[in-house]
Amino acid sequence: MRIVVCVKQVPNPEIAASQYCVDEQARTVAPVAGVQWVMSPFDEQAVEAALRIREAHPGTRITVMTLGPERARNALKHGLAMGADEGVLLTDTAFAGSDSYTTALTLAAAIKKIGTVDLVLTGRQAADWDGGVVGAGIGELLGVPVIAFAKEVHIEDGVARVERVLDDGTETVETCLPAVVTVSNELGAPRAPSLRETMRAARKPVAAWSASDLGLAADTVGAAGARRVLERMFIPVKQNRCEFISGNSPEEQAAGLAQRLREAKLI
Amino acid sequence: MNVLVIAETMQGKVTGPVCELLGLARRLADQAGGTVAAALLGSGGDAVALELIAGGADKVFVAAHALLVEYHADAWVPVLARICRQAACDAILISHNAVGADLAPRLAFRLGTAVATGCVEAALSAGRFTLTRPCYGGNAREVIAFKTMPVIATVRPGCYDMLAADASRSGTVEQVQPELEVTAIRTRVVARKRDAADGMRLEDAKVIVAGGRGLNGVAGFGVLAELAHMLGGAVGASRVPCDLGWCPRSWQIGLTGRTVTPDLYIAVGISGAGHHMAGCGNAKAIVAVNTDPAAAIFRDARYGVVGDYQQFIPAFISEVERLRG
Repeated sequence: MRIVVCVKQVPNPEIAASQYCVDEQARTVAPVAGVQWVMSPFDEQAVEAALRIREAHPGTRITVMTLGPERARNALKHGLAMGADEGVLLTDTAFAGSDSYTTALTLAAAIKKIGTVDLVLTGRQAADWDGGVVGAGIGELLGVPVIAFAKEVHIEDGVARVERVLDDGTETVETCLPAVVTVSNELGAPRAPSLRETMRAARKPVAAWSASDLGLAADTVGAAGARRVLERMFIPVKQNRCEFISGNSPEEQAAGLAQRLREAKLI
Repeated sequence: MNVLVIAETMQGKVTGPVCELLGLARRLADQAGGTVAAALLGSGGDAVALELIAGGADKVFVAAHALLVEYHADAWVPVLARICRQAACDAILISHNAVGADLAPRLAFRLGTAVATGCVEAALSAGRFTLTRPCYGGNAREVIAFKTMPVIATVRPGCYDMLAADASRSGTVEQVQPELEVTAIRTRVVARKRDAADGMRLEDAKVIVAGGRGLNGVAGFGVLAELAHMLGGAVGASRVPCDLGWCPRSWQIGLTGRTVTPDLYIAVGISGAGHHMAGCGNAKAIVAVNTDPAAAIFRDARYGVVGDYQQFIPAFISEVERLRG
């Protein structure tokens, strides 16, 4: 079986809110210096889902694929150190400024170039734009079924059986491969790269493909082909002032809070 | 501008968030001289169509079909794509929840157009339509415009007011014959598990008591449930307790969970990260209980209590009981 996991490199999303600032000119969020670039957490879980499938189906080949500048190679290395077999870096100055549409378009073209792919996995959304659009887009562009927000993915006889998360529970959905599945945090923690896999990762192949390698004209990808125009970015300003309820004991604090909520007609 | 609202229903009623979307759609349409349409799938009930017209729609497209009663992407997307083309709309509004987040991107690619998920604001200025949405885990906002129409947006609940239902409003109802081909449905739902709903839905609750990592274990949810029950509210959670199995996943409030808009949100042991606040930031009043006076949650809270919830919450329960005599 052949699995492609689409991953994205993002500024470490675990940093504190105060570490974000916006560059109004460049219309980018600029985490303060020293913040690391990492694989987006839901994408790590997508890699984890692929590794679990390979454990059940030895002989499965897992490709991690990313679209980004040269530094995004490190996200691929992380996927290879987790246990993926090979990497594909989609990099080209023409790809700069991609929106979710041109990202899906480029990834779908790269998946087609690979040829026979049984399963495409990706995180439910990336931790930078939080869009949750690209996975569905790849499925639509490839003309294959999409199952979003997976908690568990099982493959049996060419059929994907996926338990997916709803607002008030889960449902189990089946579809014939090939298919696209987006993975949610309910899948569980991804494995950390072992020393052995990290050593092996250095010798695993990583291909780099440009727009022309994918047969895509420069004016159809990146910012040129994008359907979205980023007008402005900002950090929301909070006008709020919190009133701290003082007291020498929990009982005094409780009395103070209850009184205020009563006055505000909230209880 | 012409706006189409995708009308999700629950137990045969139009949901509150859909009414909010009709209110927003009405405003956008009236501002630039346009119409509001609604798409109603699965239920052919005239009562629901009339409810949508009373809520602000000029026209309701009804596609009645057994396969459309429950949301199923492969069935809904082709039918909605047809209605969207027929409605000749400039914007398509969908409520942001697990259904909307799944549906909107697929519909956008099917129609060959742009999509923005989880929006908090929609504006029309000098003919230019923009959407504002949280990004970077709720820490930043982006304002975006589009090169292709129609624009599809999922909008978070609680961002817009619904109109007062006006039964004297007039509108038309058009039945759409869904030409659903069985071959178009490639996925099959083999099982559904609903988490036992303990009391009311989070989206409907006026009071929510929510717990986070600071509860330090499953037992903490017992005392929160006691408080929620007394206040006639529901219990929610941030992502960590769900991931750790302290509570059902369906209690998760935030960017990748549910969006709630209660009058009173009592956040216990929740640090207040942007991704959580994206799901509860529109509560009318937030009370934060946390041992860490520097916790980010206090920046969003109207009232703050610094202390151990295991002592404070029982004391607060007694105090409310005493006040109520």
